[in-house]
Amino acid sequence: MNMTYPLLSVIIFLPLAGAVVLMFLPRSNPSLAKKWALVWTIIEFIVSLPLFFNFNEQTAQMQFVENVPWFPELGISYNIGVDGLSMLLVLLTTFLTVICVLASWESIKDKVKEYYISFLVLETAMIGALCALDLVLFYIFWELMLVPMYLLIGVWGGPRRIYAAIKFFLFTMVGSVLMLLAIMVLYFHYGAESGSYTFNLFDLYNANIPIVKQYWLFAAFALSFAIKVPMFPVHTWLPDAHTEAPTAGSVILAGVLLKMGTYGFVRFAIPLFPQAALRAAPIILTLAVIGIIYGAIMCIMQSDLKRLIAYSSVSHLGYIMLGLFSFNMQGLEGGIYQMLNHGISTGGLFLVVGMIYERRHTRMIADFGGLSTVMPKLAVFFLIITLSSIALPGTNGFVGEFLILLGAFRNNVSFGVLATTGVVLGAVYMLWMFQRVMYGEITKDENRALKDINKREATILVLIVFFVLLMGLYSQIFFKKMDTSAADYLQKFQTKVEMLQTAGPEAR
Amino acid sequence: MVVMIPEMNFGWLIPEITIAVFAVITLLLSLLWKKGGLKPFLGVLPLIGAVVALYYTFHLWNGNLDLFNRLYTIDNFGTFFKAVSLIILILVILLSFRYVDREDIVVGEYYALLLFGTLGMMILVSSNNFITMFIGLEMMSISIYILCGLLAGNLKSVEASLKYFLLGAFATAFLLYGIALIYATTGTIDIREVATYVKGGGFLVTPTFMAGLALLIVGFGFKTASVPFHMWTPDVYEGAPTSITAYMATGVKAAAFGAFLRVLFTAFHPFFSGWTIMLWILAVATMTLGNITALKQDDVKRMLAYSSIAHAGYILIALAVGDRTLSSTVLYYLLVYSFMTIGAFAVVIIIGRKDSPNTGIESYAGLAGRHPVVAAVMAVFLFSLAGVPPLAGFMGKFYILTDAIRAGYYWLAIIGVLNSVVAAYYYLRVVMYMYFKEAQTDIGLPDFSVGSAVAIAISVWAVFHLGIFPRTFLMIAYKSSQIFM
Repeated sequence: MNMTYPLLSVIIFLPLAGAVVLMFLPRSNPSLAKKWALVWTIIEFIVSLPLFFNFNEQTAQMQFVENVPWFPELGISYNIGVDGLSMLLVLLTTFLTVICVLASWESIKDKVKEYYISFLVLETAMIGALCALDLVLFYIFWELMLVPMYLLIGVWGGPRRIYAAIKFFLFTMVGSVLMLLAIMVLYFHYGAESGSYTFNLFDLYNANIPIVKQYWLFAAFALSFAIKVPMFPVHTWLPDAHTEAPTAGSVILAGVLLKMGTYGFVRFAIPLFPQAALRAAPIILTLAVIGIIYGAIMCIMQSDLKRLIAYSSVSHLGYIMLGLFSFNMQGLEGGIYQMLNHGISTGGLFLVVGMIYERRHTRMIADFGGLSTVMPKLAVFFLIITLSSIALPGTNGFVGEFLILLGAFRNNVSFGVLATTGVVLGAVYMLWMFQRVMYGEITKDENRALKDINKREATILVLIVFFVLLMGLYSQIFFKKMDTSAADYLQKFQTKVEMLQTAGPEAR
Repeated sequence: MVVMIPEMNFGWLIPEITIAVFAVITLLLSLLWKKGGLKPFLGVLPLIGAVVALYYTFHLWNGNLDLFNRLYTIDNFGTFFKAVSLIILILVILLSFRYVDREDIVVGEYYALLLFGTLGMMILVSSNNFITMFIGLEMMSISIYILCGLLAGNLKSVEASLKYFLLGAFATAFLLYGIALIYATTGTIDIREVATYVKGGGFLVTPTFMAGLALLIVGFGFKTASVPFHMWTPDVYEGAPTSITAYMATGVKAAAFGAFLRVLFTAFHPFFSGWTIMLWILAVATMTLGNITALKQDDVKRMLAYSSIAHAGYILIALAVGDRTLSSTVLYYLLVYSFMTIGAFAVVIIIGRKDSPNTGIESYAGLAGRHPVVAAVMAVFLFSLAGVPPLAGFMGKFYILTDAIRAGYYWLAIIGVLNSVVAAYYYLRVVMYMYFKEAQTDIGLPDFSVGSAVAIAISVWAVFHLGIFPRTFLMIAYKSSQIFM
């Protein structure tokens, strides 16, 4: 335990502190609450920046580590740290939270204070889950994410919000309780094997687990993460949750919460059970490809904008899984990069839809058409974000998707070919949607008087587009941060798989 | 045979004596103060008694000896449960101040019986002899039979009292019969001597002995409201005064589990293989039935009754696993469970009114808008009951499941966690009403009072503290369960 400035703890608990202060602000003054939330999230973002600039890219070790015993008798510790794989996701979280607060500025009029409290608690939980290096600590943050998100959907959501909120909660909980049992099994297995009972992730990486047991444990972890990702066929909660959630809720759900699932695979499921992961890869890859194509086809058929974007998330998250389970450098880095991209692009799409919805109170594609004539500024931003979502070269999406496909082809040509069809379908549904909403004649009279975006909305979209282009054109500054960690990650994975394979049948 | 004069060491009994004395004083003063302006102080008196007793209970820590010819024993296990009973008593008294006033409950009898009931619990958990245990159990039970029926003129309350009494008497008979059969085979009613017998007798275990053990489990199953001996629970919990429901759901359950644990893990542990399967079935049935039935309840009080059945099921997991070194998890769970359940019932009390208890779930609609603080604390208790981290309920479940996994009871653990998902649904349903729905009828502001505010504040603090910093209390629980080593 070093006595230096505990940067990560500050980043994790600062939002929580803000939420506590918010609780004591007067209810009668909602604008004070939202100003406080905005200032606080901006401070949080600024505080989190040293993570990026002080990050040492030469080492694959965990950085900014804090390790304090919490319950030493049981081997539970408050152990946090980031490496190249998680650091950028933390920054994505702090960035998107600011965007979310801005995006909720006018749309949230009811129970304003509670709304921002939920958001700040959610931020703490998300960052905590990304930094936790102790399985119990991780699980606590992981489950804590459910409560504020449940409230965000249920209180401030659309007409079917109650159904969506409960479905979201129960789906995620089923997966995570089984993961909890798997964590315990792993704990006792490692304890019996090594004599030291601990939930420390890095100790548990060294466990030698017989292959049958590995399958079961991997299955439990994978189910939990797959529900969160969400992978086909456990994705059904996502369209409902996305459609009913308020705009900012959708942004944070798509931007960060879904990434928890893919991050969980990277940090926990794969390195803890490498051999099982390798053997289960064909199944996961198949489901990922099904998700890509199924999600895309569903998108084509949607009449509701938000539902369309929700299904496009299923498709995009399929790419990420495809990359991660290709087990090569391109796939892994592409997958992680795509996690960030998806947060920016899909978050951006939800923001645009939210802006349109606030003006027209409908999300049906059929109600629009020709909006670009009345909202030219919005049209420009919308177009850029749409293009980034379909991975046009020059935008962030291209870099990620290209790497993933490269990785997929190197791993298995047939998966690569199938996934590429998803790219084509992606262009079809996104561009067709854009055309139906923005181009053509204005057919509905209500659309003639729509106001273009105001300064606040422009700020949000400029920030999003800035990152779209930055990550598309200068992707190197981000890859530099994750290269060492990713290489080390894959090398450890290979070593472990080979070690188990050469150990002979009795060790499996 | 020489008749031994038991050693008279009353110093170890100060908590029990304090409670008994205060009970009698309360009863007497209630006659004197019936009309005067001193009536409100009748509640303060037992509160003082409980606090004093709790203070002296802390002094018993690490005391270790047998009293009265081994009829009674002082050990950390008993001390822990005594402290839990007293803490529950304090919280219930705090809740009762306004409540007994509102519902016109006869004050003197109410508090005196509460104290006598607690005295029964304290005896129940510290006896080393089946007969002392039986006396404690009866003392507790009879007090509560009466307490259930104290809502004058309320038919449901009378029904609850009668139902509990009739079924309770039945269960008591089972228990007593079980004790008799065990005495018939082993020739002793000393719990530790039974253990010696079982250890030495190996496979001499006879059908009579088996029947006795089974009857004991039935008797305790009734008191802890385990399926299939739970039939009385929903009606009694619903009909009884809400403060008493809270008391029954926590105090009675904790004390009964304490005695159950002591009997099983001391007397019958060598015969572990004989009862683990019985408890396995009991645990699964209790969790599953409790949770599934709770799903359909539209009355929050009744829902909490079923939820308390389900929680008994989780505790039974740890009993079925039968790992004596880990029995501390049961103690910890009971502590956690008591705080969150009392907290939830406290909210039920303050939502209610004279003549309109407002226990229907629709009364909770829009509570977040009308009274955000009450809604928030209720949400904390419900999320804790559902086992959401970092609240105490999660830690409780976590340790129970750790027990099961460690001993290799994977299926029991899986059934347990899936049950907790089912449970999450009905707890969330109340949260949903509080936060997502608009009020249909105006039921006014909560009936807040200083007492209930203090009780709720203590419970909220405990739910957070036990969840985030579980170590201190788990170590205390661990030391308490050292007697089984």
